Amino acid sequence: MNLQYIGLKEINGPLIFLENVKGISFEEMVEIKLDNGQTRHGRVVEINGDLVAILVFEGTQDLSLKNTTIKFSGHAMKIGMSENVLGRVFSGLGEPIDNLGPVYVDKYLDINGSALNPVARIYPRNYINTGISSIDGLTTLIRGQKLPIFSGSGMPHNDLAVQIVKQAKLSDEKDEKFAIVFAAMGVTNDVANYFKKSFEEAGVLDKVAMYLNLADDPIIERILTPRCALTAAEYLAYEKDFHVLVVMTDMTAYCEALREFSSSKGEIPGRKGYPGYLYSDLASLFERAGIVKDADGSVTQIPILSMPNDDITHPIPDLTGYITEGQIVLDRELHQKGIYPPIGVLPSLSRLMKDGIGSGYTRDDHQPLTNQLFASYARVMDARSLASVIGEDELSLVDKKYVSFGELFEEHFISQGHKNRSITDTLDLGWKLLSILPKDELDRTDEMVLDRFYDQQEAIHYFNIKDKTIIRELKKEGN
Amino acid sequence: MNKVYSINGPVVKVKNATDFTVMEMVYVGKDKLLGEVISISEDFTVIQVYESTVGLMPGEEIIATGEPISVTLGPGILTNIFDGIQRPLNKIYDIEGSFIKAGTSVPPLDQEKEWDVSFKISVGDNVEFGQIFAEVEETTLVNHRLLVPKGISGKVKEVKSDGKYKIEDILVKVEDKYNNIHELNMIQRWPIKKPRPIKNRLPLSIPLVTGQRVIDTLFPIAKGGTAGVPGGFGTGKTMMQHQIAKWCDADIIVYIGCGERGNEMTQTLDEFSELIDPKSNKPLIERTVLIANTSNMPVAAREASIYTGVTIAEYYRDMGYHVAVMADSTSRWAEALREISGRLEEMPAEEGFPAYLPSRIAQFYERAGYINTLNDNNGSVSIIGAISPQGADFSEPVTQNTKRFVRCFWALDKELAYSRHYAAINWTLSYSEYINDLSKWYNKQVGVEFLDARQKFIKILAEENKLMEIVKLIGKDVLPDYQKLTLEIARVIRVGYLQQNAFHKEDTFVPLDKQLMMMNLILYLQKEANRVLKQGKAFSLLTKTNIFDKVIKVKYDIPNDQLVLFDNYYKMIDEALHAIK
Ligand SMILES: Nc1ncnc2c1ncn2[C@@H]1O[C@H](COP(=O)(O)OP(=O)(O)OP(=O)(O)O)[C@@H](O)[C@H]1O
Ligand SMILES: [Mg+2]
Repeated sequence: MNLQYIGLKEINGPLIFLENVKGISFEEMVEIKLDNGQTRHGRVVEINGDLVAILVFEGTQDLSLKNTTIKFSGHAMKIGMSENVLGRVFSGLGEPIDNLGPVYVDKYLDINGSALNPVARIYPRNYINTGISSIDGLTTLIRGQKLPIFSGSGMPHNDLAVQIVKQAKLSDEKDEKFAIVFAAMGVTNDVANYFKKSFEEAGVLDKVAMYLNLADDPIIERILTPRCALTAAEYLAYEKDFHVLVVMTDMTAYCEALREFSSSKGEIPGRKGYPGYLYSDLASLFERAGIVKDADGSVTQIPILSMPNDDITHPIPDLTGYITEGQIVLDRELHQKGIYPPIGVLPSLSRLMKDGIGSGYTRDDHQPLTNQLFASYARVMDARSLASVIGEDELSLVDKKYVSFGELFEEHFISQGHKNRSITDTLDLGWKLLSILPKDELDRTDEMVLDRFYDQQEAIHYFNIKDKTIIRELKKEGN
Repeated sequence: MNKVYSINGPVVKVKNATDFTVMEMVYVGKDKLLGEVISISEDFTVIQVYESTVGLMPGEEIIATGEPISVTLGPGILTNIFDGIQRPLNKIYDIEGSFIKAGTSVPPLDQEKEWDVSFKISVGDNVEFGQIFAEVEETTLVNHRLLVPKGISGKVKEVKSDGKYKIEDILVKVEDKYNNIHELNMIQRWPIKKPRPIKNRLPLSIPLVTGQRVIDTLFPIAKGGTAGVPGGFGTGKTMMQHQIAKWCDADIIVYIGCGERGNEMTQTLDEFSELIDPKSNKPLIERTVLIANTSNMPVAAREASIYTGVTIAEYYRDMGYHVAVMADSTSRWAEALREISGRLEEMPAEEGFPAYLPSRIAQFYERAGYINTLNDNNGSVSIIGAISPQGADFSEPVTQNTKRFVRCFWALDKELAYSRHYAAINWTLSYSEYINDLSKWYNKQVGVEFLDARQKFIKILAEENKLMEIVKLIGKDVLPDYQKLTLEIARVIRVGYLQQNAFHKEDTFVPLDKQLMMMNLILYLQKEANRVLKQGKAFSLLTKTNIFDKVIKVKYDIPNDQLVLFDNYYKMIDEALHAIK
């Protein structure tokens, strides 16, 4: 059914209203033709008898009540899919913008997707080796997980995302198909180009589908960008058996677009003006990660969001954290100390790691090591805050050791630059660092594990090479 | 014919309709989407639709059913997984594959399966609402007692003989006093928003033993009681609910995943099918039913999921079982209320939530209780609701209003979670109002020392709290030795007792007698260490003995079934402290 209407009743922000409309359905897509030959896209967002409200993705500038023709498509928004989307660049609405012509279409898919039946899911268990110690060791990324990076402006979240993509080897490499879907929302051209160049350098460009809605692109279009990208990801994973890594940046810009849409519709705002359904809306994106029984592929998501004002309680990071399976939090203080990647390990978490590590996956001592490193590093924070009050010299012997441990941990474990570290190296390094502390301080591990891995002499020797002063201090204080 | 007039997300309006009743269940449009009438005025009838309305058109028909939104109660509920409106997700997967489509209509319970029925009544007996008329072995763990449905009483005219029947087979015929014949099969319908009747409420006096030390010892919940578990993301609400669902001593578990993650439901399903209940040696799933309305499923069905779960719980309670309901997370339910209220353009109260939020929360938790059933058995429903406060700020409306109506408050703490102290229950913010009601039980069943030891623990933790104020300013070194010892014992309590590793074979569940023995051991250590200090020996000598860390690791080193090993630790303490020169 292709109904056409000329003229509008009202224009308000990104919304247009039509009267005397019949036979259209909720969330149907429409095409808006201007007199000057331009075409825009919209979606039915509310129906009231014969009055409909349509959200125009490209914005309503230049629209008048008279100069427009509206064509209803008869269905919700669909985009064409095939394996040929790999290696291509699309607009935020899923149209090719790389001048390589249209993409061969195998199937048209509704970009909203549908909810995965929990019964159809396979609980994710295989870890992805990112080669980054603070991730592999402490917040292990699991295939099929949604693990966002919480960052702030000026911090190297893009570098980290690129490094993960480059180094991500699947832990059991068979003849598996691997693809990357990249969605940019409201980021600058520079950032998009940086990702493109990095994919090129890594030699994976022909395995990447890019969906770009950049900072100067229509804002409302952003609402569709991640949905197009995830539709591609689901198609590749569940119909073509690819292991897909989805990088989405910047989720904050996405949420702002949603806020703009909501307020133009006159909806009652929730916290900070964001709509009350922000949680459900974000969930409809993030829940599109996982593994299903009927396919060999998987969708792993790494959304990136910038926390306004570095505030983790801001509604965007807050609601995201409630939906995703953990988070990697970047820490400005570490960044200012020159540590890369500046991952704040204490607030970071991977909820799926507990079932994807240990013997058979990484190594049997992984869980106790993680528990102990977290606990000990948390003590470092206490010791540091005490030191800031009474001065480092006044600290007790044990607290001093914690301070040294903290410095070594940040310098050797968290900071690793762009090196690629194997999981064995990461775990061994973790034990070496813990061996700096007195054995009886390691109260999260049982004796058997400690007997195997605790070796203070070797640790002192190992770090001695690089940190003579600290070690001298440690030796002098004795244990 | 009633037609769709307007559509706004899950809210659909009908113009000039007359024949609907409030809370009536309706079918909307050609796909027969399930909906519920929420308000009626002269101009408009407002309907909330429990499925996605994408593709719905004005003018499509709306069919009234004459019945409020209800669940089907009968054998086949346990081990099953349903969505928020009791559609069986396994069946839907078989029919439709990985993704859930709107408008799927599948009967909730298996109609083909044959159950072994043994009857408890004979011809000529008088029966009435709530009476047990037959039993079915629903799982190897649970005997499903078939109850006479509401509205039926009279004389039994016909009873089938014991044997195998399907749920819709007619089993019994009852003649009422007007000589009408009523037929009973194995199923009955019950409106989810209406509490099932009971004979009377009984006082709460028995704990729901969870095997989680911080709960059982410090903040216990009674069978029939209520608890709220607030905490920011990642603080361990879901883990806590999983732990309780796995190990608590209820007969039946109703686990409601309300607006949370799909993978968590998959995990629960997998884990509970594999995990063996230590008491019965049967898979835990045999006493469990899962209600899964994940965050990406329609929001109106999320609102219903809580009621669906608690109604099923009441049904098993009425058979004389102790049921524990886990609701993760009630905040998502409250948000669903908010979202729908917003679409209805109701006046918002606090933070956009509707003004009726507190009364809805109260109504939900009031469905908990320890009761005398219509058939004179005792049963209970305990409700444990997770709360996901915005920004981990406990002053927000859902936390605050829940606090008014629950009697246990287990506040999860971000700082504790960051340092991986799990269960991250903050012992200063949390409380249980049941402790007095339960004291008799503890004294009798575990021993009078239990509550004594508990009191001593609380005192030590409070002292630590005070001392830490000082330590934060001037460091630990300046404290006198006896205060250092208090801090050290507090550390033993925190790390060795309150902290509990859900992934450790021995530590994941700890019976009450071991809890008591652990407390006694720690208090003995405190007493003896104090004595040594009084003899004028330095605190640093005490820590050198390593005895504190030995006691901390008792939780791992003494298996739950070898409690005699505690004796060795008393010896160890004596020897270590004697050796100090
Ligand atoms: N008792 C425990 N023992 C060990 N680890 C735990 C425990 N409780 C929580 N954790 C750890 O904390 C992580 C987060 O816990 P959980 O998923 O229960 O948080 P949550 O409060 O439900 O978060 P959300 O509100 O986002 O759902 C778990 O994946 C696990 O790693
Ligand atoms: Mg949770």
